[in-house]
Parts: sequence; structure tokens; C-alpha cells
Amino acid sequence: MKIWLIISAFMAMLVITASCQNDGQIEFNRFYSNGSVVYQAHCQNCHGAKGEGLQGLIPSLSDSTYLKNNKNTLACQLNGGLKGKITILNKEFEGEMPASKLSPLEIAQVLTYVTNSFGNKLGTVNTDRVNTDLAKCK
Amino acid sequence: MKNTGYIIALILLGCGCKFNDSTTKTLPIYGNKEPVTKTVNGKQVTDTVYQTIPAFKFVNQYGDTITEKSLEGKIYVADFFFTTCPTICPVMHRNMLPVYNEFKNNPDFRILSHSIDPKYDTVPVLKKYADKMGIAGNTWWLLHGNKDATYTIAKSYLVAVQEKNAQENYTHDGFFILIDKQKRIRGTYQGTDPAEVEKMTADIKILMAEPGQKAAK
Ligand code: HEC
Repeated sequence: MKIWLIISAFMAMLVITASCQNDGQIEFNRFYSNGSVVYQAHCQNCHGAKGEGLQGLIPSLSDSTYLKNNKNTLACQLNGGLKGKITILNKEFEGEMPASKLSPLEIAQVLTYVTNSFGNKLGTVNTDRVNTDLAKCK
Repeated sequence: MKNTGYIIALILLGCGCKFNDSTTKTLPIYGNKEPVTKTVNGKQVTDTVYQTIPAFKFVNQYGDTITEKSLEGKIYVADFFFTTCPTICPVMHRNMLPVYNEFKNNPDFRILSHSIDPKYDTVPVLKKYADKMGIAGNTWWLLHGNKDATYTIAKSYLVAVQEKNAQENYTHDGFFILIDKQKRIRGTYQGTDPAEVEKMTADIKILMAEPGQKAAK
């Protein structure tokens, strides 16, 4: 009798913990998995399946420091394209990334994916933040 | 640029020879073929004449003139690209790099990448692209040429290319074409697919070992 009580209490606890997976984690998971789809369709041809880039032509996406320092302008870099000299993993690049035709939601998703893949761990980029950043694009 | 783009259709003539018998260590020969009857030692002999890549003249990233004579005694792979291509070209050349690295010390092997955007892809632009790709020496030539010449030669490689369309895009397919020392087409591979490119590398080795490829100069 007693054992059943303990078991059901334990089960109940498991269910509660699982559903208590906080909203933030759920949002992250959704953005991340949708972001990987956006990445494959719009970025992978240039930046590679592992975000490795292509020689001196296209930079790697594994430079966490660059991504962190440019956190608030990444949305603009995707939306309007990127041109000119940048240094990624101590290597200089001077190429041109064409402007993407992604919606703010897709930008949030793909940035969540990129900034939490390839060795990066910078957390969720949500749509509100992308909209705020896009409003400030130069 | 409002050119009415014209399509060079992908004509895979002579598909009948597309079989590949895995037990024989030779590659098929693609393209048109014609039987030619001639007299040898007083006897009538029928030979098959295969389609070959015609004479051409382009300029590589060093500004050197490249003609069919530059490829005498060489096995080579040809493709079509442009340096500002936002779609398949980065994938094609990411996949071509291992091929380059595998054969770059073989003096009888070349890679020819024809730019289909000669207006933007001038010789210095092609040189810069080569430098950024990390390719040096004479294994991999990036070719600049007259637009018509490039589009015409694409046809003999059975590759489809199209001029700038309304969306300001060039389109072309991503095939890698393998050519033997007799200038015949010996293989076509989807350059965007790493598995097909690996097969091409294996096929190049098979081709290099064929008797007709070793001796020919
Ligand atoms: C046509 C090729 C191409 C495509 C497609 C492309 N990029 Fe880029 N990307 C580049 C190039 C080239 C640069 C470097 C630009 C420069 O040198 O200023 C770059 C730079 C970047 C940078 C900043 C530098 C770095 O490496 O961190 C980020 C972030 C980035 N791209 C993310 C993306 C994402 C996300 C996508 C898909 C939505 C994408 N790119 C699609 C070519 C491309």
C-alpha cells in the first residue's frame, strides 16, 4: 500500500517537473529548431553545415566574441546585408553578404540557432528584440 | 541590363552509353557519337568517333591565355560559376576544394572554372577570388572570356547556363564535367552533392589508370 503511495507521489513529481520546464526553455527550443530549418534554407550554402564558412571568402560563424560584441546589430546585418572589412577568428574578411529576405520572426529564429550552435551559447534571440534592433539599423 | 536571356538547353545526347559496368575499370564516354568507316590496310574498318570539346580561348586568373593546347595531355574538370553567386557556387567550390587538394601535385590534372559573368569577374577579381579560396599554382584555373564563347562552350560540356534575367540573376546548373586527354566527356557530377563529388574523385583515379590516358601526350 505504502509503496504505491510513494510511487504515485514520485510520478506526480515527475509530471510537474516536466511541465514546469520554464517558458523560456520552451521558447528557446522552438526558436532553435525552427532556426535550424531557416539556416539550412538560407545560410548553409555559404556558411556551411557546421558554420565553418569557406576559406577566406566566407567567415565562420563560430566566433562567439564577434557574435557577442555585435549582438544588437546582427539582425541588421542579416536584414540589410554586410559589406566591408571584418575580423573573424583573427582572420580578416572583406566580402559581401547579400541582404536576406527573412521576416523578423525568421531572423530571431535563425539568430537563436546560430548564436547557440557551432560552440556558441548566447541564449534566445526573440522577435521583440529583433524588431527593436531592426528599428535602429543604419 | 535587360537582356532577353537565352537558354542553352541541357542536351544529354547519346544517353544510350550511360551504362556503367562496375566490373570493368573504365568510364563511359558521353556525348554524341558517329560511326566512321575508313580503310586500313585495304580493309574496311568502322570506328566510333565521339564528341569532343572544340577549340577555345580564355584568360586565367594570372592573365595567361588558355586554349585547348594548354590542356594537351591533361585530364580536367570543368564547371561554371561567378564570384558573386549567392546560391550554389559556394557549395560547388567548397566541394571542389578536396578535389584540388587531392590532385594539385599532379601536373597532368586541371580544374577549369568558367565565369559566366565576364563583366564583373575581370582577371583581377578572379585572382582575388583564387587568393581568398587559398588556391595557388596552375592546377585550378578561373577563366575569363567573351560571354558568347563561354556560353557556347557550356553547350559542348552539356551544361545549362542562362544570362541575367529580370531578377538580375544568372542561372546555371552546378555540374562538374570530367574530360579526358582526348577531350571526350567521361563523367558529369552534381557539384553541390559531396557524395557525387567523392565519386568524381574516384572516377578521376580510374580514368588516370586507363591505358589511353597514361600514354597519350
Ligand atoms: C551568399 C553567401 C552568404 C549567405 C547566403 C549568407 N551569408 Fe552570412 N556572410 C557572408 C559573407 C561573405 C560575410 C562576410 C561579409 C564581410 O566580409 O563583410 C558574412 C557574414 C556573416 C556574419 C558576421 C560574421 C560572422 O562570421 O559571424 C553573420 C553572423 C552571418 N553572416 C550570418 C548569416 C546568416 C544567419 C545567414 C542566413 C540567414 C547568412 N549569413 C547567409 C556570406 C553569406
